[in-house]
Amino acid sequence: MTFFLLASIAKIIAIFTAIMVGVALITWVERRVCAFMQDRLGPNRVGPLGLLQPAADGLKNLVKEETYPRRADFWLFLLAPAAAFVPALLTFAVIPFATPLPTPWGTVDMVVADLPVGFLYILAISSLGVYGIVLAGWSSNNKYALLGGLRASAQMISYEIAMGLSVVAVLLLAGNVTLSDVVARQQQGLWFVLPLAMAFGIFLIAAFAETNRVPFDLPEAEGELIAGYHTEYSAMKFSMFYIAEYSNMVTASALMASLFFGGWDIPFTTWDDAPPWTIGKTLATLAAFSAKVAAFLFLYIWVRWTLPRFRFDQLMALGWKVLLPFAIAYLTIIATAIWYLRARLGWTYGAGFCGALLALNLVLGAVVVWGLDRGRVVAGTARPAGGRVGGA
Amino acid sequence: MAIGVKVMKRPTRETSYLRATLGGMALTFRHLWRPKVTMQYPEEKSTNDWTITPRWRGTHRMLTDEQGRAKCVACGLCPQICPANCIKLVPGEDEQGHRYPLIYEIDEFRCIFCGYCQEVCPEEAIHVGVHYENAEYERGRFVYDLERLCAQTHPVSTLWDPSDPKGE
Repeated sequence: MTFFLLASIAKIIAIFTAIMVGVALITWVERRVCAFMQDRLGPNRVGPLGLLQPAADGLKNLVKEETYPRRADFWLFLLAPAAAFVPALLTFAVIPFATPLPTPWGTVDMVVADLPVGFLYILAISSLGVYGIVLAGWSSNNKYALLGGLRASAQMISYEIAMGLSVVAVLLLAGNVTLSDVVARQQQGLWFVLPLAMAFGIFLIAAFAETNRVPFDLPEAEGELIAGYHTEYSAMKFSMFYIAEYSNMVTASALMASLFFGGWDIPFTTWDDAPPWTIGKTLATLAAFSAKVAAFLFLYIWVRWTLPRFRFDQLMALGWKVLLPFAIAYLTIIATAIWYLRARLGWTYGAGFCGALLALNLVLGAVVVWGLDRGRVVAGTARPAGGRVGGA
Repeated sequence: MAIGVKVMKRPTRETSYLRATLGGMALTFRHLWRPKVTMQYPEEKSTNDWTITPRWRGTHRMLTDEQGRAKCVACGLCPQICPANCIKLVPGEDEQGHRYPLIYEIDEFRCIFCGYCQEVCPEEAIHVGVHYENAEYERGRFVYDLERLCAQTHPVSTLWDPSDPKGE
């Protein structure tokens, strides 16, 4: 029991530190990548390659003056950054990030809390994140902040549903909601991104919307709402929203890696999947997991500096009229396929099972891409006469 | 849409949201590897692509003769022509009848850097300079007196010559 407590505390501290350092690095990477995409150099002055830029920014934010709008709701205004920040970190608790680590006192699972209801916990906690943003918008007593907060709530609720439904497909295939089981299941068959490619597509889009990143950054929308929900925030509180946004990105990336890209699994090998656990395996799988998360983070940044922002009606139309029905239809098809393969053909779960689903996904994907490409689902730059706006 | 807006029929490849998105992603990715155009300013003040033009009109410089005296003969043409009225000149005269400036001050805050002073000067004494790093800690330091104008070492501006418009 004592060992469990100590190990848990150590893991919490390690993960907290890793995420904080990671977030600091991502702010730097974001600015550098953005600059490189625009043929500039970006921050390269503080420290080698500008790596200490986040430290300089943090120091600046700590010593800057905090301003409070005169008629703001003081306590909620104070609470909001924390409310945005905490759920972002809490979610990470159930994500397994490496193989168990053997120690002289016993084996330690490389996940802070391997909850039996893992994914439900994630859905529950990540929905809490919207409170921080809505409270910030409302308590600032600022019309732009309020609009940002309203948009955030509408957007997050809309996309939460599609996200949840897309994950149901994963859970059907995994047969469990514990994330470590989902990861283990992917090692027996294929990574779920293959048999459930379309679910991954939906999840990816919804994850972008959930983290308020371009092209779904309407809650901040600097062109329209100044800075949206954090317009009135200054110094460290503003910084907290930043950290919350980036922590959310890290968590969403980790989720995508766990649910669809085999978690800490190293591809094309099996030596890392089974006991006996060694420190080498733990480190190697941790590296694999980090690499996957980093790849998704790069995707976030890449998309941000490429795409323009959606209009609000397009956002809502995409969420409710496209993603939601699409997710339901896809879920139906996948559930039927899994049932058919299992009950009628008597296949057991494995690589072949996943391969059959992959073939199904390729067919579906071809149809969807064909439809998307012709503006049948999302309208392109020019609409046909009669003007169907956005929807299908 | 309530109002019937006529929308041109365009081929799919021009209107596809999907292809536009992927094309954009490819474009930004290619730009990651392009050479960067940033000039690292304090270390690097000119590159092969960019050097400051010799016709740049910056803060003034007073040229001096062999004895180190200002070439100025206090004729009064520069304060006369100055559109911003930023040149203060009090003329003096020595025993041999040579005129020289007792006080010659240029308020660089008022100056609009038109270069008329250089153009009008019969002795080629006052010049605008090819210089742009002028930061000071006090406002008062921006009134340059004669001593300071003579002490400047930066190159002087080449004004536009109507008979040689391209500077050849």
